[in-house]
Amino acid sequence: MTVVERREVALVDLLDRLLAGGVVITGDITLRIADVDLVRIDLNALISSVNKNVPAPWGDLV
Amino acid sequence: MTGLRYVYAICRPFGAPLQAELTGVGGAPAKLLHHHGLVAVVSDVPQRDFAEEPLRAHLEDLDWLAATARGHQQVIDALTAVTTPLPLRLATVFRDDSGVRVMIEAREEDFRRTLDRLEGRVEWGVKVYVEAETPETAGTATAGTAESGPPAKPASGRDYLVQRRRRAKAHEDSWLRAERFAGRLHSLLSAHADAARLHPPQNAALSRAAGQNVLNAAYLVPRKESEEFVEIVDRTKGEEPGMRVELTGPWAAYSFVDLEFAQSEEEGS
Repeated sequence: MTVVERREVALVDLLDRLLAGGVVITGDITLRIADVDLVRIDLNALISSVNKNVPAPWGDLV
Repeated sequence: MTGLRYVYAICRPFGAPLQAELTGVGGAPAKLLHHHGLVAVVSDVPQRDFAEEPLRAHLEDLDWLAATARGHQQVIDALTAVTTPLPLRLATVFRDDSGVRVMIEAREEDFRRTLDRLEGRVEWGVKVYVEAETPETAGTATAGTAESGPPAKPASGRDYLVQRRRRAKAHEDSWLRAERFAGRLHSLLSAHADAARLHPPQNAALSRAAGQNVLNAAYLVPRKESEEFVEIVDRTKGEEPGMRVELTGPWAAYSFVDLEFAQSEEEGS
């Protein structure tokens, strides 16, 4: 693909996809991102920014 | 030291070889595990990092999370160049190859159905930001604040209220315009995509991006039509003053894999 010059992917764009996208399968190690409440506490802003279910992207602003 | 298997993606067998030196999480080489006509792309990860307890601790560490996410993405990126991978969620880990095989057998049908649906498609990310200051609102937005040169001190309570109302109005107008612009753009792009998904807007503290993110969308687009899609996005850049449009991709279809799987998870299979 050459349509766009690839730049370093922003971490936040990556985490949008890796923490909220991708096929969820219960592996042998049954820890999944969604199950880790501790992560929600320490990385609160991060997790809420990628996992919150917001219908309209501008809904909670103003 | 006992190794665990980290699974990046499920693919159909592909002709092209992986880059010989392709590494993933923790710098371990990526390997292909063929089973039942499907391919799991895996690498070894150490138990000391990926067993349940250490993994739980690591996930609280943003630097570790970032490095792991980059390792994951490196493999997915390489796969995207040669096939249409079905990316798995970050940190999907099995004890050994036989665990991975059992998982493939349990989900075979889901994998095939999803791979068929995604075949030849990639994901594009489009974000819209409202710039902090627009030419029209800059004057009113800063009037009366301490930083705006000679402070336009309101002469009376009435003036103060007028100024405040004007500022609020400018702010409102800016959001209304942003809402309309983002809505219009989303409809336009959705019409040129096989599927669309809205991610929550990004937190500026994390993205360190200027302005306020008002649209954070992903679009599933056939590879062949990607060039056209990118052109459409490019044309909207600079169309609306005070709005910034950003494009990322092509990504593997991270945001479009969950349809078939949500059901099976609930069934507890």
